[in-house]
Amino acid sequence: MTIELHKEKSTGAVRSVTLGATKEQGGSRSRTLTIGGETALPFLDFEGSLPNRPALALEIRDRKPADWSPLLYEAWGEAMNDPADWARAAEAAGADLIYLVLSATQSDDSPNSPEKARAVVRKVLEATGLPLAVAGPGQAELDNELIVPVAEEAKGERLLLGICEDKNYRTIVAAALANDHLVQSKTPMDVNLSKQLVILIHDMGLPLERIVMDPTTGALGYGIEYGYSVMERLRLAALQGDSMTQQPMLVNPGEEAWKVKESKVGEGVPEAWGDWSRRALNWEAMTAAALVHSGADLLVLRHPESLRRVRAVIDDLVAA
Amino acid sequence: MPLSGLEIYKLLPQTNCKECGYPTCLAFAMKLAAKQAELKACPYVTDESKAKLEAASAPPIRLVELAGEDGKIAVGNETVLYRHEKTFYHRPGLFLRVRDTEPAEALTKKVAQADGFQVDYVGIDLGLDGFAVEAASGDPATFAGAIQTVRGASKKPLILLVSTPELAKAGIEACAGTRPLLHAATADNAAGMAEVAKAAGAPLAVRADSLDGLAELTQIVSQAGVEDIVLDPMLQLYRDSLHTLTQLRRLALRKNLRSIGYPILTFPGAVNGADEPLMAAEHIAKYAGFIVIEQFDPATLYPLLVLRQNIYTDPQKPIQVQPGVYEINAPDGKAPVLVTTNFSITYFSVANEVEGSGWPAWLVVADAEGMSVLTAWAAGKFDAERIAKAVKGFGVPEKVGHQRVIIPGAVAVLSGELEEELPGWEIMVGPREAVDIGSFLKAMWPNGK
Ligand code: B12
Ligand code: SF4
Repeated sequence: MTIELHKEKSTGAVRSVTLGATKEQGGSRSRTLTIGGETALPFLDFEGSLPNRPALALEIRDRKPADWSPLLYEAWGEAMNDPADWARAAEAAGADLIYLVLSATQSDDSPNSPEKARAVVRKVLEATGLPLAVAGPGQAELDNELIVPVAEEAKGERLLLGICEDKNYRTIVAAALANDHLVQSKTPMDVNLSKQLVILIHDMGLPLERIVMDPTTGALGYGIEYGYSVMERLRLAALQGDSMTQQPMLVNPGEEAWKVKESKVGEGVPEAWGDWSRRALNWEAMTAAALVHSGADLLVLRHPESLRRVRAVIDDLVAA
Repeated sequence: MPLSGLEIYKLLPQTNCKECGYPTCLAFAMKLAAKQAELKACPYVTDESKAKLEAASAPPIRLVELAGEDGKIAVGNETVLYRHEKTFYHRPGLFLRVRDTEPAEALTKKVAQADGFQVDYVGIDLGLDGFAVEAASGDPATFAGAIQTVRGASKKPLILLVSTPELAKAGIEACAGTRPLLHAATADNAAGMAEVAKAAGAPLAVRADSLDGLAELTQIVSQAGVEDIVLDPMLQLYRDSLHTLTQLRRLALRKNLRSIGYPILTFPGAVNGADEPLMAAEHIAKYAGFIVIEQFDPATLYPLLVLRQNIYTDPQKPIQVQPGVYEINAPDGKAPVLVTTNFSITYFSVANEVEGSGWPAWLVVADAEGMSVLTAWAAGKFDAERIAKAVKGFGVPEKVGHQRVIIPGAVAVLSGELEEELPGWEIMVGPREAVDIGSFLKAMWPNGK
């Protein structure tokens, strides 16, 4: 008796998207990062090809954040005081991409400024050869005010610029168009909204090879199941040939997992939650490990140890 | 895989005698296909057809139940590959491995501690499902003794990890009154194991490192009369796990391959190089039925149990709490009034914080159709009108001697409209995150604790 393996052939493929540009390509990165390109569900290479493994980014900030978990301060230490040091530390920790988030305010609590944003991005580009993503603080007006000069400053670097949302994408897309960058298209856990925003951005003239789709996720225990299933549905649709779902997917388990009480707080929590540090690291790594199986192509993390653990899992998942 | 009306018709006598109450055999077949009639209404159907029809209506993945002295767990009977297609039904059982070579005292302590482990997630008590006792000594008496020790500390279901029929028999005898899983029948001992399992009416796991090997074994043991079977595919690391588990689920559902249509048992921490928490997470997301873990660590178990809960939540029905007004820490007329939504995760994040802060409070839970604060707000299910209706409808004005209500910081924009809906009330905008409620009340609530 021989059981024949059940293979499901797909008719569509995820687009390949390349972040970062080397000197020859008009940038200054020492390497580029390509994600997407799959013609099969995650890691099922017996029925299709998965040319690029899921990539792992580490999030850094332009200034030391005020409200992160103490465990993250412990992990990064002094490096957090300087974005260049932090970027170097993230590269040393094994990141494929640096995900730089600009803050709303400067360290003296005055509003962040275009000059400051330019300077920080320049500094980070000089500190690391990795491709770079830059996201604004998440307030529409300020995002635009900061991302436009950043896009100009790093012209040709093929940065991933964020974050485009349905209410605020035009300025960021225009900046990406004018300066040869890519964009992160983020929508709240809905297949149709994901497609719509990709269409709107594409309609402005940005090639699909420069759009990364962020379907939004929740942390373990705080809505991961919604994000997980939306990603599975998007990926199945992509493989069935639905063109506007064929962008590679970025998710941010780091931000989500470190927001929740289980990772943030060590005291005054139920004893059954167990050791704080192990629990917190499991929270981030497990959220990421689950999302890898629902089709994530690029995951943004915060703790270097989570990156190491998730990397080991991916290494085995892609080993032929 | 269910048969169509025509396929069923071919198995009926085709005499149109009408005794089933339908004008023709075909009409009866159509009703059977729609599950609106029962086969026994036809007195003439042959035994052979009956067997075929029953087999076709059996679930593609068999439901297997274990029972302890107290507590049961059933796994299997899954019908989809992706949870959005319907839902995943039977959460995989999480079992902790213990060995009969551990000294009785240490064993008792370990089992009692793990047995008592319980953690609350959105009002649901989560814990381990049982223990997998390994006959590592190879000695039947030692093994039976260890089982007694385990049973002295826990009434949960057991899995017996045994390599020979003799050990299986000793284990089964020590498990009287319960229904453990026997693990495992292999190519070397299948007949003997099946005999023990059959005599005891216990489910039996078969262990092989290939799909063919598993299918051969399930055939041997089912022919020997064991119906409740579990598969142990001897998984290697993440990649092998994913491929094997996916194939097994697909072949059962898409090909209706009966010989592997059983729940699957895995040992995520037993493979060299495995990161047990992450491997177990993969097995939860991708199709395991029983998961035996090596380490008892609440810091791992809690997130794993939450992940299992999340993956096995019905995507059509968010977990909700009953709308109403909830009393926290015995509030009186001076106590603060807070409003939130009836999404379980939201309600419990807020209720737990308020309770932990020691503040007595009235927590008004509006009917937001089970959505989080911002989701409900964006969907128009948590607006000023609904909040006002909840405050008034649940009789809050009669319970308190003040007119102040605190809304979530995330929906600060609602305060103007809410003032109009609740004339005379002061609308206070609370913090964005529930963790900050205690310090907010301390700073802002005029009446004190
Ligand atoms: C999971 C999720 C969903 C799930 C729904 C889950 C559910 N049952 O509610 C799904 C996928 C269905 C969904 C749908 C939509 N969503 Co949605 N969703 C989320 C997500 C990822 C997490 C929400 C969550 O569960 N949070 C956890 C709970 C515990 O948070 P919470 O309820 O806010 O409670 C906290 C605080 O508010 C506070 N709190 C709560 N009550 C109280 C009370 C008081 C007095 C105080 C002081 C504090 C307090 O304590 C809690 C813990 O700190 C968020 C983004 C994010 N990461 O936050 C988007 C988000 C809420 N969704 C959004 C949107 C727009 C939608 C949709 C309209 C989009 C669409 N797909 O069409 C729909 C609407 C639903 C519909 N039409 O049916 C937006 C809202 C944007 C906005 N600011 O208006 C968000 C913010 C995403 C985004 N950035 O765009 N969503
Ligand atoms: S009782 Fe049986 S044989 Fe008679 S009509 Fe019904 S199905 Fe046909």
